[in-house]
Amino acid sequence: MSVDLATVKRVARLARIAVDEEDAQRMVGELNAILGFVAQLDEVDVSGVEPMTSVIPMEMKKRRDVVTDGGKAADIVANAPATQENFFLVPKVVE
Amino acid sequence: MTDLTKFTIAEARGKLAAKEFSAAELADAYLAAIDAANPRINAYVEVTHDKARAMAKASDARIAAGNAGALEGIPLGIKDLFATEGVHTQAASHVLDRFRPRYESTVTANLWADGAVMLGKLNMDEFAMGSSNETSYYGPVVNPWRAAGSNRDLVPGGSSGGSAASVAAWLAAGATATDTGGSIRQPAAFTATVGIKPTYGRCSRWGIVAFASSLDQAGPIARDVRDAAIMLKSMASVDARDTTSVDRPVPDYEAAVGQSMKGRKIGIPREYRVDGMPAEIERLWRQGIAWMKDAGAEIVDISLPHTKYALPAYYIVAPAEASSNLARYDGVRYGLRVPGKDIVEMYENSRAAGFGREVKRRVMIGTYVLSAGYYDAYYVKAQKVRTLIKKDFEDAFAAGVDAILTPATPSAAFGVADQDMAADPVKMYLNDIFTVTVNMAGLPGIAVPAGLDGNGLPLGLQLIGRPFDEEMLFRAGAVIEKAAGRFAPQKWW
Repeated sequence: MSVDLATVKRVARLARIAVDEEDAQRMVGELNAILGFVAQLDEVDVSGVEPMTSVIPMEMKKRRDVVTDGGKAADIVANAPATQENFFLVPKVVE
Repeated sequence: MTDLTKFTIAEARGKLAAKEFSAAELADAYLAAIDAANPRINAYVEVTHDKARAMAKASDARIAAGNAGALEGIPLGIKDLFATEGVHTQAASHVLDRFRPRYESTVTANLWADGAVMLGKLNMDEFAMGSSNETSYYGPVVNPWRAAGSNRDLVPGGSSGGSAASVAAWLAAGATATDTGGSIRQPAAFTATVGIKPTYGRCSRWGIVAFASSLDQAGPIARDVRDAAIMLKSMASVDARDTTSVDRPVPDYEAAVGQSMKGRKIGIPREYRVDGMPAEIERLWRQGIAWMKDAGAEIVDISLPHTKYALPAYYIVAPAEASSNLARYDGVRYGLRVPGKDIVEMYENSRAAGFGREVKRRVMIGTYVLSAGYYDAYYVKAQKVRTLIKKDFEDAFAAGVDAILTPATPSAAFGVADQDMAADPVKMYLNDIFTVTVNMAGLPGIAVPAGLDGNGLPLGLQLIGRPFDEEMLFRAGAVIEKAAGRFAPQKWW
């Protein structure tokens, strides 16, 4: 499988990365080189093989459903580019 | 005057305990060496002078009081991927501009609890994506090693290039590193240092900036096998905050160094003899086999038939996980924000300005292979191939193999701004051809310096172990180290 310019632009939109025409053109070549490389997997017969879900066989750890943390609003917003009274500020999203 | 930076961790530990010098003196010696060398080597993205001195002073007080920890007063460099409270943590990316976490990663917290001293944060490939440390927002790290008779700058490997260069250039006694496809072992091989990627689940991933969560593991880069064992003992732990942290006690790895290999089985996988491999690497491998025989090990030929599919499968799994993990960099909660006409344009502009080329490329590949209609063809297929890769290793271990010996890298260090690598991303990816299988199978792997090539550049051998048998790797690694001798660069910086 390979990608064309329109697909690269669509994927960039999905990935939320702004690309100009020049970036997109370059990426067509780069992405196709990588997709060409991974196409080697077509040679492998995987019928009846389970996809890996956990590399070390273990049960997912669970913890008691209790409050163990919190009250850290000031820490959480400390690194945000724009805040007001422990809220994150973003451009208006609802008209 | 004795140069305090030349001591290994084990040596410094003994001399600090014997009060031959203080932790404060040791920290000052390293800080002076960093200040002199860093403009040229670029291993550190931030040097924490005040913190290092304060931590060293506290270490001296604990040594005086008889309460010294396992790493008391040992000055370490920390890869920029580890969250360090109040200190630069950007994964060498512009997108995390000015991020200073309010918390400490489990691995670094373990090191400080054992008395280690932080010298600063180490350069790396952006988000650990790269094999040459050239994708860093802070520019490339320069390898302290140069080819004989040449003054050309070489890469230290990546992504833990700052970790490897700092240890090789005596700018840290040891360093933390991480390995997703070879990022500890390849730079260790390029700089004649020892690097171990432990079994997946051995070191907590809590507080480490995530790249590919099912592959990422932390480990040390150190001057020798014993130092790597000492560091891993402190870094490893069982952590309730990482659901993939495995509930097993941490053994005394140092005790394995020097133990006999007599009667142990070393597997030699025929699939690691790749086309175009330099004769020097082939020779080094044969030399390693001879050393193992001399140490009393039994050599057995093994087959790992799916080896060649590990790298293509990795370049589906790792970008897919990365595209998901890196979705959090949106210009809202932390890091860089570039305004736009609406919120979506703000996300797009922030990510376009914040991510470098290689990171964008991988996020794009990951987004594509996970997009509607392609998930089964790419991601599920790659995870099935991963099952087959792991089974190859399981079969070898079930047949009685204790460890597997391979070359660490397909070449020695190459030049900064290498034209061929820059022109073709896949060519750069091939650096990880011998190391990536280990991540895909979750196994431990160690790279140990084993010799120099015709240009006087370091080459390493890799040992791969059973899950949670890091002790066998330290034991076998020490055999190679003893036979090969020690290697140090000529100081030019």
